Amino acid sequence: MSSADTLQAFKRDGRIAIVGASLAGLRAAEALRAEGFTGSLTMIGDEVGEPYDRPPLSKQVLTGWVPAGGTTLPRRRDIDAEWLLGVPADGLDLATNHVHLADGREVPFDRVLISTGVRARPWFVESEADLDGVFVVRTREHADGLQRALAAGPSRVLVIGAGFTGSEIASICRERDIPVTVAELAPAPLVGALGAMIGEVASDMQRAHGVDLRCGVKVTHLEGDAQGHFRRAHFSDGSTIDADVAVVALGGIRNTDWLRDSGLAAGVWGIACDTGCRALTLDGLITDDIFVAGDVARCPNPIYEYRLISLEHWANAVEQAEVAAHNMVSAQADRWPHLTIPTFWSIQFGVNIKSVGVPTFADEVVVTQGSVPDHRFVAAYGYQGRVTAAVSFNNAKWLDHYRQLIETAAPFPPPCPTPDGPADAKPVPVDFPSPQLLAQGATVVVTGHDPSERRVTAAWQHR
Amino acid sequence: MKVVVDLSRCQGYAQCAFLAPDAFRMHGEEALMYNPTPDDAQREQVLRAAAACPLQAILVDQLEERDAPVQAPPS
Repeated sequence: MSSADTLQAFKRDGRIAIVGASLAGLRAAEALRAEGFTGSLTMIGDEVGEPYDRPPLSKQVLTGWVPAGGTTLPRRRDIDAEWLLGVPADGLDLATNHVHLADGREVPFDRVLISTGVRARPWFVESEADLDGVFVVRTREHADGLQRALAAGPSRVLVIGAGFTGSEIASICRERDIPVTVAELAPAPLVGALGAMIGEVASDMQRAHGVDLRCGVKVTHLEGDAQGHFRRAHFSDGSTIDADVAVVALGGIRNTDWLRDSGLAAGVWGIACDTGCRALTLDGLITDDIFVAGDVARCPNPIYEYRLISLEHWANAVEQAEVAAHNMVSAQADRWPHLTIPTFWSIQFGVNIKSVGVPTFADEVVVTQGSVPDHRFVAAYGYQGRVTAAVSFNNAKWLDHYRQLIETAAPFPPPCPTPDGPADAKPVPVDFPSPQLLAQGATVVVTGHDPSERRVTAAWQHR
Repeated sequence: MKVVVDLSRCQGYAQCAFLAPDAFRMHGEEALMYNPTPDDAQREQVLRAAAACPLQAILVDQLEERDAPVQAPPS
């Protein structure tokens, strides 16, 4: 049988399993059917219920406008899949091509897509995380619980972590006229993603809206009352604060634990893959039947020196899912690379924040348009003399222009032929906090001496 | 009915908020907030809003209820 015949047979009668039934998994399934795949399709997900959209959970849902259960994703077509929901996968066997489920079932596949995403990083002391009134926000259940707690009129909310989710939650507390304290270890909100200059703008925005923002401090201890309800938080500077609700917004943990013995290059950093979304093994070999998409994928980007980058962005999940699905049912020569410039948005304190590119891949930043004090501007990021990213505050219509600058490696600082260029556009150092986290997961050892027996083995760190 | 807006494409033209104000609202000057599950009574308005979006960023459900997935039976 020719390879074209083999591919046709696979598209007609093959078996595809998708592990992770959220945005990326659903969009991939729809794309597979749109590409003419008529074989069996199995959707595996650890949550009960249809795939739903997460961004509204920290926005519309917490304002009380939309119920947490009301963010089910619309469908573009019937995907005619077998749904195995409410049960997580707990193993992947590449020798026999099976997904193992936690309840003991096994799902055979010819090709598999891994889109298991991230989960919320819980508070690090379990007994404190279990107190009534302590929340994370990742799932519908989380958002539902927090919405109820906010509706009950707490005396104060403590938000731990001022990244995008923490800042959005603080914004909603102020919209609902609830006193809120935000504790952030970095010198300002959003600094880890957007650098010190934007961090300063974000600080001003929070304080102008009445947020009690405390930066450069760590929350050391969450204290409960006799009934097990959260009442007080202790800070590393010795101060305390009384509150009824604590929201832990310390980012996510990639769901790769279940791949521990799979032989894939999967760990705290995500699952490494090529631009065609094909997973890499621990040895760095490309697999041909194992694909990855969404928050859990770690994909090289040629624009950013082929660095492996994982992104927890909505559009990235959608685009990677479509590339993965196409490549799963296409011959080698017809495969697509995923080369999209990343985009991201956040809505907080009435301001639309959007970015294009990878702002952390920069050494300088400059305001190119608008006015920072008015919270209506664009800032461009540059790395070694070329434009690598841009962030807009209430100025999103310009971002396509900056996308073009990034794609064409335009010089930095970029020329600004717009009428609203600021008078003092001078690049400043971008100043991100040092990436101490990168050193924590180091992690493989090379074995064997002959080329035929040289392999990489994961060395799991115990923390 | 179910709706999702690709907010990375949305540029705040507010056509949707004008045509279906119960389902789409502007938040501040250019950010869009929307109800992902608008009442079926608003279907016509929501479809008109989706058609009018200059960025075609609004996706409305194409499925009948019967096609919804069911949870796996306990094994």
